Formats: sequence, structure tokens, C-alpha cells
Amino acid sequence: MEIFLGYFLYAMSLLTVGGIYALLALGLNVQWGFAGLFNAGVAGFAAIGAYTYALLTTAKSQFHFGGLELPLIVGDITAMIFAGIVATIIGIICIRLRADYLAIATIGIAEIIKLILKNETDITNGPRGINKIPRTWEHFTEERFYSNFPMNFISNPKGWEVFFDSIPKWWWQPFFACTILIVVIIIYFLLEKLRVSPWGRMMTAIRENEKAAAAAGKNVTKRRIEAFILGAVIMGLAGAFLGQHLRLIEPTQTFDPSKMTFLVWVMLIAGGSGNNKGAILGAFLIWFVWSSSELVTNGVIEILATMFDSVDISILKNRAGFIRMLFIGLLLQFILQRFPKGILPEKRPAISGKSQKYAG
Amino acid sequence: MWESFWFEFINFYFIPGLVLGCIYALGAIGITLTFGILRFANFAHGEIMMTSSYLTWEFVLVASSFGLILHPIIGAIPASICAIILALIVDRLFYKPFRNSPTIMIVIASFGMMLIIRSMVQVIWGPNQITFVKGIAKPNSIIKDFTSSIDIMLLIPNKHIFILLGTIIIMLIFNYLLSSTKIGKGMRAVSDNPNLAEVSGINVENIVKATWVVGGFCAAAAGVFLAMDTQFIESTMGFRMLLPMFAAAILGGIGRPFGAVAGGLIIGLAEELSAYPWLGDGPVISPGYKSGVAFSIMVVMLIFRPSGLFRGRVF
Repeated sequence: MEIFLGYFLYAMSLLTVGGIYALLALGLNVQWGFAGLFNAGVAGFAAIGAYTYALLTTAKSQFHFGGLELPLIVGDITAMIFAGIVATIIGIICIRLRADYLAIATIGIAEIIKLILKNETDITNGPRGINKIPRTWEHFTEERFYSNFPMNFISNPKGWEVFFDSIPKWWWQPFFACTILIVVIIIYFLLEKLRVSPWGRMMTAIRENEKAAAAAGKNVTKRRIEAFILGAVIMGLAGAFLGQHLRLIEPTQTFDPSKMTFLVWVMLIAGGSGNNKGAILGAFLIWFVWSSSELVTNGVIEILATMFDSVDISILKNRAGFIRMLFIGLLLQFILQRFPKGILPEKRPAISGKSQKYAG
Repeated sequence: MWESFWFEFINFYFIPGLVLGCIYALGAIGITLTFGILRFANFAHGEIMMTSSYLTWEFVLVASSFGLILHPIIGAIPASICAIILALIVDRLFYKPFRNSPTIMIVIASFGMMLIIRSMVQVIWGPNQITFVKGIAKPNSIIKDFTSSIDIMLLIPNKHIFILLGTIIIMLIFNYLLSSTKIGKGMRAVSDNPNLAEVSGINVENIVKATWVVGGFCAAAAGVFLAMDTQFIESTMGFRMLLPMFAAAILGGIGRPFGAVAGGLIIGLAEELSAYPWLGDGPVISPGYKSGVAFSIMVVMLIFRPSGLFRGRVF
């Protein structure tokens, strides 16, 4: 039973993080898949979301600005708004750049965001980061929530304490995972609606042939900025969830570009850029590969250690993560060369009206 | 009297800025060449720099186990050969298949290479910082004595002399290569117009290989100089250099190697001088934001003059 519980909780955390990555991949899909904008600063937008959420919702602290102790949902929404505002500023400045230049610029932006988070110690507590970020569902077990409105309306703090002691400690895990999955599904349906809408078709037109779209009277720059903002908003939400999942965020390790930006790119390209279903599939698939490769490498190290006494396990364990990164990088190169369209290639929406044929 | 302002300014801001600029310049040459000739932004360039500094460290270490105490510059010779081979292998395996695809594919591939090379280095040498050269670099006593006798005391450590001289020598060789040899003329031709170059009988594939050789060599030199300057090596050093190097290449104009050098020197000086207390007591820009300077210059350049200072290519 204990073992099954362990597996169950492992599966839950896989789903949670997989869902967060699916959100990031969906956000990137709006930018790259829909609009052809090469955003190499995914980690930056996720960081904005996570920090906004953390500063707004944590308990008062002497180490950083706030926390403002606002309701969690306010934190989520403000995280999205903030990521959107930053994306607007960046978009207005950089969106006219060609793909390579935009990639360089967005890498730079992600680095600058990291620098700000690291150096403005009064607000963000610098490299030490913010901890005790309230997690949706689990936050009910914290005293400052159950002794305040609306929870104290139902029962007094003492009653809540007894109640939370009586149920298993992990009760919130399935709820948290489901919340994230539901958010992924909602955003998926919204994006699907968007994809077949005139806006989505216009985005495809702009991506495929910018000059023709401009000649047809479309405002290319404005549409691109819109797509950039929309993607960043979704990434901001993913960042807020990431902050909740980790409960401790700091600028360098948490938002390491190789684990955030690069992995998300691999997910989108593997799943199929331009296809929302592909983005979600790629996110979960690559995340499972990534986490199961941890089990595999750890297993191999154990076997090696039992076979050869002289092998220093600690060094191998330290470096196993890099072998996995190497593997993921090679996987990307393989997919890029053999299946450049991904597992689920992009499908163009049907032409509206009577002739229900696929366009393109 | 050599005023205290000039003493401080030249020794602690200008010379380090110049040295940093030389390193950026060498790195930016490779980036601007690949950008001009192969038409894509090579994100893996910083990693080649980083790898060559690790290789240099390894060669020096191996030599010392045989009792030979090598200067890092000697160790850099085999390391730069390895870096060139690495660049050629990467091109053959991962970039060549995309030569006729949309450029963005090759950009993504180089983005992936960045991670592959870095994780390879981390697997082999571990993720931690390694001391490259031990000890505090003392100013060169000959220059110090001579300059203080004529009242302008210059404090230049030996490592900085090596870097400045090394860069000048590499630049002279590079200048000769580009202006006087067949391969250099071919490189300039392909950079200007690849189709025209091909129909006039230039073997573009050979030019591409030559580009990687030159770019790889300059990257190796930049990596070793950087390691000599900071005295430590770490696996993220290449990534940290990437943005200033791109900024230098864009500032000088894409496809203009000498523009990249000018850009590198400007960016290096701007980064160091931004920490100088021009107004009041504190530094103008807090040292924590130093790496933001290069980025701001790059963005301003991209918006107002995308062709760069020397009228480079605009994509």
C-alpha cells in the first residue's frame, strides 16, 4: 500500500509539472507556432509570473517586498497581467526584428529580467529568493488562511486544525494536479477557438508570407505584438503555477534557461509547432522522458557502483543530470532533422463556407 | 603630475575595458563571419570558446603531470586545433543538413548545440568553477617602473599584456588572410553575394569550412584570453559572453569582421566605463547590471541603425 501511494504521488507530481510545461509550450506555440516569433526567453516570462505571484500572495516578510497576502487567484491573474505588460514593452521595441535577431534580443531580455531579480534585493530578496509561496489547495492548511475569512466562517481555527490532522497529509496533491490540468484544457480550447478564428488565420498568413499579408491590408506589426503578448500571458500563468509547485523560487537555478527555455522548445518541436494538441502532447512526452531518464541514469549508476567498487558514485550522480541534458539535446537534433514537423504536424483550419476542404 | 583621476581611470577602468573589448572582438569575429557567410546567428559560438578554455586547462594540467610547466598560451595551441575540429564536426553533422532549409531551422539547431556542447563539458569536467591560473596578477614591474619615472604610472598585469598583444597579432594575421589570400577574398565574396560567388567559380563549401576554421580559432583565442583574464573557468562562461559578442557583431555591422572588432572594443569599454563614478560618488550603473549595457547598446542599434556602424548586412 505504501508503495502504491508513493507511485500515486509520483504520478501526481509528474502530471503537475507536465501540466506546467504544457502551459509553457502552449504559450510558446502562440508565439512561434502561430506567429513565427522566435522567443528564446521563455524562462524570463515564467520568472515574471512566478515572482509576481510570490510577492503578492506570501505572508508578510522582512526579506522582500510585501508579501501582500492577497488571495491566490488575484496573484495568478496579476502574474498574467504583469507578464503581459512586460511583453507589450518588449514587443513594441523588438517585434520588427527578424527571427535570429528576435532570438538574440529575447535571450538578452531573459538575462536582464534575471539580473533585476538578482540585484533588486529589497524587493526580491536577491539570490536567496522567496520561500513559503502558498500553493493552491495546500494553502488551506496554513494558519493564516484557515483563521481568516472565508474559512473561519465555516469552522473555527481549532476545528480546521483537527480536520486537517484527520485527513492524509497529501490530500491536496491530486487537487493541485487536477487544477493545473483543467487550466491546461481550458486554455487549449480557447487557443483552438482562436486558431480557427479570423485572427488565427491572419496569424498564419503573416507567418507564411508577411509581405502578402501586409499587402492584403493586415497590420502585421500589431498582430505580431498581440501574439507575443498572448503567449507571454500564458507563460506568466505557468510561472505562477511553477512558483506554487516549487514553493521556493530564486533567480538562477529555478529559471535556468536550459531547463525552462530549451526544454520547452524541445517539447514544442517534438510535439509539432503550430498544433496546440501537439504542444500539450510534446510537453507531457518530453517531461516523462526527462523524468524517467532520471530513474534510468540513477539505476545505471547504482549498477555501476555495485559492479565496480572504485567508481565514485557522488561524482556520477552529480553529473547524471548533464548526461540527460545531452540526451535531450541530441533528441532535439534528431527530431529536427528527421521529423521537422513534429509528432502532430500543423493542420490548417478548413475554409469556412460550403467547400469544406483543407486549405494548404 | 599624473593626476589621481587619470591614474584611477586609465588603470582600473580603461585598460580592463580594453582587455575585455579584445576578448569580445575575437569572439565577435566568428559570429559575424558565420552570420555573414552562412546567414544564421550561431548560438553555439560561446560554447566553443568555453570548451577551448577547458581544453587548454586540461593540456596544461597533463603537461604539468609530465613535469612541464606550460604557459596557457602554449596550451591554447592544441586546444584551438581541437576547437576548430569541434566546429567542423558540428557543422558537418548538425548544420549542413539544413543548408537549404529556412534559416530558422539552423538557428534552432545551433540553439540545441549550445546545450549539447555545454552538457558535454559538464559531464567531462563537472559543473563547478575551476581555477585556471593561481595567484594574484601583479602589474608588470618594467612597465610600472618606466611609466612612473615619466609620471604616468601604468599598472598592467602580464596577463593583460599577453591578451592585448595576442589580439593585435591575430588581427594582423586575419587582416592579411582576408585582404591578400584567395580564401579570404572568397570569404568576402560569399559574404557579399553567395549566388554570384558560386557562379563565378568559388567553391562555397570550402569557404564555409574556412569560415569555421577562422571562427573556431578566434573563438579559442577569445576563450583562452577570457580564462586568463578572469583566472577561472566555468561551464556558463560561454553563455555569458554570447550576448556581448552578438552586440559587438551587430554594432559593427553583420558580415564586417573589422566592424566586429570595433564593436567589441566599444562594448568592452562601455561595460567597464559604465561602472565609473561619472556623476557623484557611486558608479553610474551598478556593477550588477554591467551585462545589461551590451544588451541596451544592441537593442538601440537594432532599432535605429540595424546595418551597424560599418554598413553591414541587414536581414
